[in-house]
Amino acid sequence: MAEQVSVFIENKPGRLNAITDVLREHRIDIRAMTIADHRDYGVAKLLVSDPRTAHRALIERGFAAALKPVLAVVIEDRPGGLHELLEILAEHQINVLDAYGFVGEPHRWAVWCMEVVDLAEAVRLVAARGLRVLDGDELYRL
Amino acid sequence: MNVPVWNPAIEFMEREALERVQLAGLRKTVAWALKTPFYRHRLAGIGLKHPEDIVDLRDLRSIPYTTKDDLREAYPSGLLAVEPERTVRLHTSSGTTGTPTVIYHSRQDLDCWTELVARCIVAAGATAHDVFQNMTGYGLFTGGLGLHYGAERVGMLVIPASSGNTSRQLQLMKNFRTTVVHATPSYLLHLHASLAEEGISLDQLGLRKAFIGAEPHSEQTRRKIEDLFRIDAYNSYGLSEMNGPGVAFECVHKTGLHLWEDAFILEIIDPRTLQSLPEGETGEIVMTTLQRQATPLLRYRTRDLSHLVGGNCPCGRTHRRLARIKGRSDDMLIVNGVNVFPSQIEDVLMKVPEVGTNYLIQLEKRGSLDRLVVKAEICAKLFTGDPRTLDDLCERIGELLRSAVLVKPTVELHEPGSLPVSEGKAKRVVDLRPAF
Repeated sequence: MAEQVSVFIENKPGRLNAITDVLREHRIDIRAMTIADHRDYGVAKLLVSDPRTAHRALIERGFAAALKPVLAVVIEDRPGGLHELLEILAEHQINVLDAYGFVGEPHRWAVWCMEVVDLAEAVRLVAARGLRVLDGDELYRL
Repeated sequence: MNVPVWNPAIEFMEREALERVQLAGLRKTVAWALKTPFYRHRLAGIGLKHPEDIVDLRDLRSIPYTTKDDLREAYPSGLLAVEPERTVRLHTSSGTTGTPTVIYHSRQDLDCWTELVARCIVAAGATAHDVFQNMTGYGLFTGGLGLHYGAERVGMLVIPASSGNTSRQLQLMKNFRTTVVHATPSYLLHLHASLAEEGISLDQLGLRKAFIGAEPHSEQTRRKIEDLFRIDAYNSYGLSEMNGPGVAFECVHKTGLHLWEDAFILEIIDPRTLQSLPEGETGEIVMTTLQRQATPLLRYRTRDLSHLVGGNCPCGRTHRRLARIKGRSDDMLIVNGVNVFPSQIEDVLMKVPEVGTNYLIQLEKRGSLDRLVVKAEICAKLFTGDPRTLDDLCERIGELLRSAVLVKPTVELHEPGSLPVSEGKAKRVVDLRPAF
C-alpha cells in the first residue's frame, strides 16, 4: 500500500520551507502535497518519491512526522472521472476523511489519493470495479 | 461627619483594649490549635503545651510560621480542631502541586466571618437599602458565599448572580436597579465594555458602588472603574485561609484597607530573613486567626506583599490599614481573580503522554480580561499524522487544566524542540499583561 508522510507544523512563517529543505537535501521528489490548517498548527501531507527516507530525515531534523497508508487510485482526467470513483465509495457508505489529487498526463489520467476509515475494504471495492489502485512502488516511480 | 459603622464598640475600640481582645483571642486560638494533630506536634517543638503559657502578644513571635505547604500536609483533617459533627461548612482551594487545602468552619466561625463582612460592607457606605449583585463565583471559591451572607446580614437585597454571563448580569442590574456590585476589577472593566453591545446605557443602571477584589490592581484601575461607571469603588482583601473576603476593606475614605484586628493578628515580615518589618516597609503579610475554632491558623504566611499605612484614618476606626496588595512573594499567578500556580499546570501537562518535555505559560490581556495560554510541545513519537487527534488532544488538555486550575486556558500545540528548553530554572511563565 502507498504511504504518505504527515508532518506536524506550527502555523508560522519559515516552517514549510524547513520541510522542503529536508526533502531537497535528500533529493526527494514531491508528487503532491496538502496542508490541513488548524489555526495555530497544521498537518502537511506529502506524497513523495521516497516516503521512508523522507520520514526518517524529517524526524532526524526534529519534526513530528508519521507514515500513513493512503488509497491512491488512477482515474481518467476528464469530466466525470473523479465522480465515477466517488460513486463507488458512496454506494458502499465509505467515508472519505481527507483527499487530494494530481494530474499524471493532462486530459489522460490523474491520481486521486484518499484517507478512508476502512482502507482494505475500499481497495477491494475500487479494484473490483476495474479501477487501478497504485501500490507504493508504482506511485513513487511515477 | 457621620461615619457609617456596623459595630462601633469594636471598630472604634481603643488600641489598648483591642490588644487585650487580641491576647484573649490568641490564647483561645492556641488552645484550639493544641487540639489538632498538626499544631500539637508543631507547638511541642517549642515547648508550648498550654494556652496560659502565652502571657503577652509578643509571645506570638516564638511560634513558627505556618505555610501553604503545611496546610497541604495536614490535608484533609490534620488542622481540624473541633469534633467533625460541629463543622458546618468547608472551603477547599487548589494547592500548589495538586494537593488541595481545606478550611473548616463551625457555625460560630461562619457567624464571625459574616460579622466581619457586614462591617466591611457598611464601612464602604452601603446600607440595607441597597440592592447588591454578587458577581463572584459561588461554591468552593470563598468570594461568592462570603460576601453573600455578609450582605444579607446587613439587610441588603442580594442577587446571587455568581460570575460570568455578562449579558445576564447587565439585565439583572437593569431590571432590579442594582446599586452595589462585587466583582474583580477586570470583570467590571469587561462589563463596561459590554454595555454598548447589550444596548444598555449607564443611565438605565442605578449603580453607585462596587467592591473590587480577588486580584491585585492599581489606584489607576480603581479610578478608571469609578470614572467609567461614575461610582465609588472600594478595595477588598481576603484569602480563603483567613475565611475569604472580609479580612480587610476600605472605608469611605479609601485610604487603605482596615484589617479587623479583633479577628486577626497582622504581621509584615521580610520574606527572605523572616524578620518583622516596621510600619511602612513592604513585606509579606502574616496573619493569625483569633476567632476561628474549627481551623485555627498561627502566623500563616499569605505570600501577599503589602505594607502598613501609618497614621490615623479620618473615619476614626482604630483597626490599622493595609496598603493595596503589591504582588506575591511566590510564583502564584492570578488569572481573572483565580489563583493559579505554574506547578499545577506542569503537573497536568506531564501526565499527558502526547505532550513533550517543554511548555510555556503565557498570560495576556484580551480586552479587560486575562487570557491564559498554555503552549505545549507535542511528543514526536506519539504523533499519528491525524489532525483530528491533535484537536482532541488540545481539547483534552484544556479540559484537564480547567478542572485542575479552574481557569479555561487556550491550549496551543507546538513542534518538538521549538519552546525554550528547561535548563535549571527555565522561564516557563511569560506575563504579557500590562503592569498594574
